[in-house]
Amino acid sequence: MSERTVEVQLLDIAHTRSGDKGDMANCGVIALRPEWYDVLVHELTAERVRTHFGALITGRVERFELPNLNALNFLLHGALDGGGTLSLKTDAQGKVVSTALLRMVITVPAITAEVRGLPLYNPTP
Amino acid sequence: MTRTVRVASGQGFWGDSLDAPRQQVDGGPIDYLMLDYLAEVTMSILQKQKERDPVMGYARDFIGAIESVLPGIVDRGVKVIANAGGVNPTACAHALLAAIARAGHGGKVTIGVVTGDDLLPRLDELLAAGHELKNMDTGAPLSSVRGRVLSANAYIGSTPIVEALQQGAQIVVTGRSTDTALTMAPLRHEFGWAADAWNQLAAGIVAGHILECGAQSSGGNCLHDWRSIPDLANVGYPIAEVQADGTFVITKHPNTGGRVSVPSVSEQLVYEMGDPHSYITPDVVADFTSIQVAADGENRVRVHGITGGPATPFLKVSIAYRAGYKAVGSLVYSWPDALEKAELANRILRERLDRLGLKFDQVLSEFVGANATHGHLAGDGRHAPEVQFRIGVRGEDRASVERFTREIAPLVLNGPPSVTGFAGGRPKVEEVIAYWPALIDKRVVTTQVEVLS
Repeated sequence: MSERTVEVQLLDIAHTRSGDKGDMANCGVIALRPEWYDVLVHELTAERVRTHFGALITGRVERFELPNLNALNFLLHGALDGGGTLSLKTDAQGKVVSTALLRMVITVPAITAEVRGLPLYNPTP
Repeated sequence: MTRTVRVASGQGFWGDSLDAPRQQVDGGPIDYLMLDYLAEVTMSILQKQKERDPVMGYARDFIGAIESVLPGIVDRGVKVIANAGGVNPTACAHALLAAIARAGHGGKVTIGVVTGDDLLPRLDELLAAGHELKNMDTGAPLSSVRGRVLSANAYIGSTPIVEALQQGAQIVVTGRSTDTALTMAPLRHEFGWAADAWNQLAAGIVAGHILECGAQSSGGNCLHDWRSIPDLANVGYPIAEVQADGTFVITKHPNTGGRVSVPSVSEQLVYEMGDPHSYITPDVVADFTSIQVAADGENRVRVHGITGGPATPFLKVSIAYRAGYKAVGSLVYSWPDALEKAELANRILRERLDRLGLKFDQVLSEFVGANATHGHLAGDGRHAPEVQFRIGVRGEDRASVERFTREIAPLVLNGPPSVTGFAGGRPKVEEVIAYWPALIDKRVVTTQVEVLS
């Protein structure tokens, strides 16, 4: 039996900050409410984040869990055109990379959304 | 007895607010002021300045910062820890002494100078002794770029700063200390934390990490609920109120703007984070998954429960080397069809560069206003009212980069329509100073402490 699902945008359930480490950008993702952290853990996998960024990065994505801060940390390899002073990018230091992650829409079971009070994604046309 | 030591952050990088140091010293009680001036790029700039003039090579803003806080230092005994010494801490200290004397406080302030981080004069000796200084990212040996090296500095920890404080220094000037050591050192000095008190040392590192970027933990650059953060024009910089067991509260002075909250502190904690289980410093390896943060009243966040473990046998070394040239130029295209015009300009310019036979290691085009920071995730950008076409090149041949800078302006008259934004003139060719991160055996880096007055 397939479970009914709904869509949730990361923007509505988390806040983020990012920075650089050489050619890597980090994205710290913090749940806006403690009860939403589990949703991030289940849905925001390294594979899905890798798929979300697509051609914007050239390497792999690593994920670390910080339940103490209700946060996940992602390392995006090959995100900064060489990084530091070599990079020609506007965002050579990855300061706003994590805002691109906030665009991500995740699919969650409807029952989870209801129980956790998750705001549903409502794309403006 | 619960004694509290207050460490205030007054500078997050060289270029941060000139008024923050004075506001921290005059805005309420503090014991220490920490000022972080160094980024990787800063060291090579300072090295170039020192080559031109042997008494330069330090963060000159620091002299003005100290002049602005002298009354607090002299009358109230506030101590200052800064890595403003860059590649010439001794010259920085002498410039400081002269400034203090000019202000009529000569002889009243002692200055500790920490040296030994500068490995440039020892580089060939170290390589000859078998220290390969391999690039941590690529594994290549330093010998492959040796001839192009501009600066080489080990990131040193808190120990020599603690020694300077123990010898009575009121201002401690260092070169390439870690940013976190500037906060850690006064805590070790005040509380006598042992060199293997890992949990307390880890707490010192976490406090340092929260303070090292200035107002970025007290409401600046804070995404969470950003519209409601009050009075950023008068933002208060963060202060750590630390106790002997390593528990601390992050706060800011009363009657200042910004906000210290669990979200503002949490955002700073994840900033530039790698593996949170091991935040490696010369003093201790801190576990960021142990950090507990809790609201503790208005603009107060309590941080506790931090654990850490033994430091590694290595120090990180930051080596800067010449890596060619780059230039970035831009033009602005307006509605209608702003992005389409900018994209056509890009194709035309690239075809002209090809016809000229110019070769670069990298050519990067961005369309600011459409997709520069979010790429394809930003949608198609068709309705943008204006788009900045921004193109950069990087390569070993300066003449090719120079020629590139001459090819942008012509597009104003001989390319797509509705173009503006060239008032700044031709882009400047910049030398690229690249970074070579390496590790070195701690035992070969010896630091020196000198106290001057």
